Amino acid sequence: MATDATMAVRAGRGLRGLGGFVVVTALTFLGLLAITFFIGRVVPIDPVLSVVGDRATQAQYDAARIAMGLDRPLIVQFFDYVWSVMQGDLGRSISTNRPVADDLLRVFPATLEMATLGIFIGVVLGVPAGVWAATRRGEWVDQVMRVFALLGYSVPAFWLGLVGLAIFYAGLGWVAGPGRLDIFYEGLVPARTNVMLIDAALAGDWDVFWNALSHLVLPASILGFFSLAFIARMTRSFMLDQLGQEFITTARVKGVPEWRVIWVHGFKPIRVPLITVIGLSYAALLEGSVMIETVFSWPGIGNYLTTALLNADMNAVLGATLVIGSVFILINKISDVLYRVLDPRSR
Amino acid sequence: MSTRDWLLDDSPATLTQANLGRAWRMMTALMRNPLAVAGLLIILLLLATALFAPWIAPESPVGQNLQARLLPPSAEHWMGTDELGRDIFSRVVYGSRITLMIVALVAVISAPLGLIIGAVAGYFGGWVDRILMGLTDVFLSLPKLILALAFVAALGPGIENAIIAIAITAWPAYARIARAETLTFRNAEYIQAVRLVGGSHTRIITRHVLPLCTSSMIVRVTLDMAGIILTAAGLGFLGLGAQPPLPEWGAMISRGRTFILDQWWVATMPGFAIILVSLGFCFLGDGLRDVLDPKQGGEK
Repeated sequence: MATDATMAVRAGRGLRGLGGFVVVTALTFLGLLAITFFIGRVVPIDPVLSVVGDRATQAQYDAARIAMGLDRPLIVQFFDYVWSVMQGDLGRSISTNRPVADDLLRVFPATLEMATLGIFIGVVLGVPAGVWAATRRGEWVDQVMRVFALLGYSVPAFWLGLVGLAIFYAGLGWVAGPGRLDIFYEGLVPARTNVMLIDAALAGDWDVFWNALSHLVLPASILGFFSLAFIARMTRSFMLDQLGQEFITTARVKGVPEWRVIWVHGFKPIRVPLITVIGLSYAALLEGSVMIETVFSWPGIGNYLTTALLNADMNAVLGATLVIGSVFILINKISDVLYRVLDPRSR
Repeated sequence: MSTRDWLLDDSPATLTQANLGRAWRMMTALMRNPLAVAGLLIILLLLATALFAPWIAPESPVGQNLQARLLPPSAEHWMGTDELGRDIFSRVVYGSRITLMIVALVAVISAPLGLIIGAVAGYFGGWVDRILMGLTDVFLSLPKLILALAFVAALGPGIENAIIAIAITAWPAYARIARAETLTFRNAEYIQAVRLVGGSHTRIITRHVLPLCTSSMIVRVTLDMAGIILTAAGLGFLGLGAQPPLPEWGAMISRGRTFILDQWWVATMPGFAIILVSLGFCFLGDGLRDVLDPKQGGEK
């Protein structure tokens, strides 16, 4: 009856929202492709020269130019590029001599492993810290959190990585050094998922598991610190908004225990905006992992990207940019959609 | 009548008096915020260091002394020496010039670019708005550091290219702000008045729209400075920014990477400089936001 009608309207709106989402996401991807295309084909002084070298004759030069398809109009070249990317063809890497797409598939799980543990640390510590700071507004806890959060915006990730290595690896010996595994554990477990912890657990080889964890924990904590700073700061400001509301006062007057006021009455409404914040910081972690991976020689996508940069391996650079950019866009858009679906006010 | 009364006069006689009075009120409001004062002091320190580097630095930033390699911090070398025997403190002091140049140039390129794109989009609306904002959204939805890396890879390493790459990734946020501000007053009566007396679009945008966007722009640029410094240092660290022997802080950290386990000071000292300056901009940006742009201060 009436409810059916509203349900239908709601479903219709949801569908239209979804359609809009697909169109916007597709357009953003096209924009990303346009940027990588622009960087790859337009910005370099002469892409042909970088392939044939400056000693080539004019005939060789022209042949290479035609072979690379650079004599065609730019717009044709662009759609050709989009078409090959859609088929998963990112070109060949000149340093590994393998298709870039294969390389990326191989290194991506390592990044995912580190970023996931990082966001886990950020959420598990950041959310309670933010709530705590909000309930103790203006006290020392709050001030410490504020400085901590600002440090998250001002400390270079690669510097923190180096300092972390110097203190916890070289100084205290609490964690293992750069890399994913000690050299004598290398290749002991079959690579099923390329996520070292899962592979080791699947193989039941706990020595490898603990070794992998001890390599992982420092870079992941450093990544986690940056998302912790952001998540705690946002949680605090959301929570302050809630705690100033009248229903909180009502709950307190009714004699509801303080922990219940904070964690049930206060925290429930901020779960939805928090999802967006966590999504955003997860995407930011993927970006931050580029620097951290370089410092820790972590064989992930960031390390792949920086190695390719130093070898001027443009296909690999653009492929990695494309993959990181796509994941970034996708996470952003998904958290956007989740927000709309879960928050009744935005319906 | 004292200068202070003249500045705070409720009915200023001239435009200059009104502007000076406004500036005075903002300064006093800013001075009441301890963190903002700290930030301002740090940035003044940066400016002074960059300006007087030859007098502050005890040694040349590029002069090598292979007999004094990798010395730990001491009274003679406050921050120790690096692998070529150069005094790290002197290099950090000279490095402030490079950092200052990078942030200044990025701000000078990207802020006006974003300002104009946003103001044009907001002022004209319609298709112009949709195309310009679509472009802005694409850039905004991409990771800045990765994009800057890709641009530098194509342009080639070097400090000028690093500045261009960072500026290319920094403008979209400013375009967003400028558009939002423009939308709030594009249909205001005074804009229509200018239009009625025959003011051209260019004149309206440059004389009447852009000046009103500047205060929120200043806040945003200051808050972004820390990010710009970190990106520039990151590019330097990867060997894509300033090239040796330039004493750029990120590149210095990268050189110290090899010695991090035994000679920790080589890599750590320039890092402290980066943190201090970034924190300074964060503090000042927070304070400026509270003073210039109270409606944005929702995080308080």
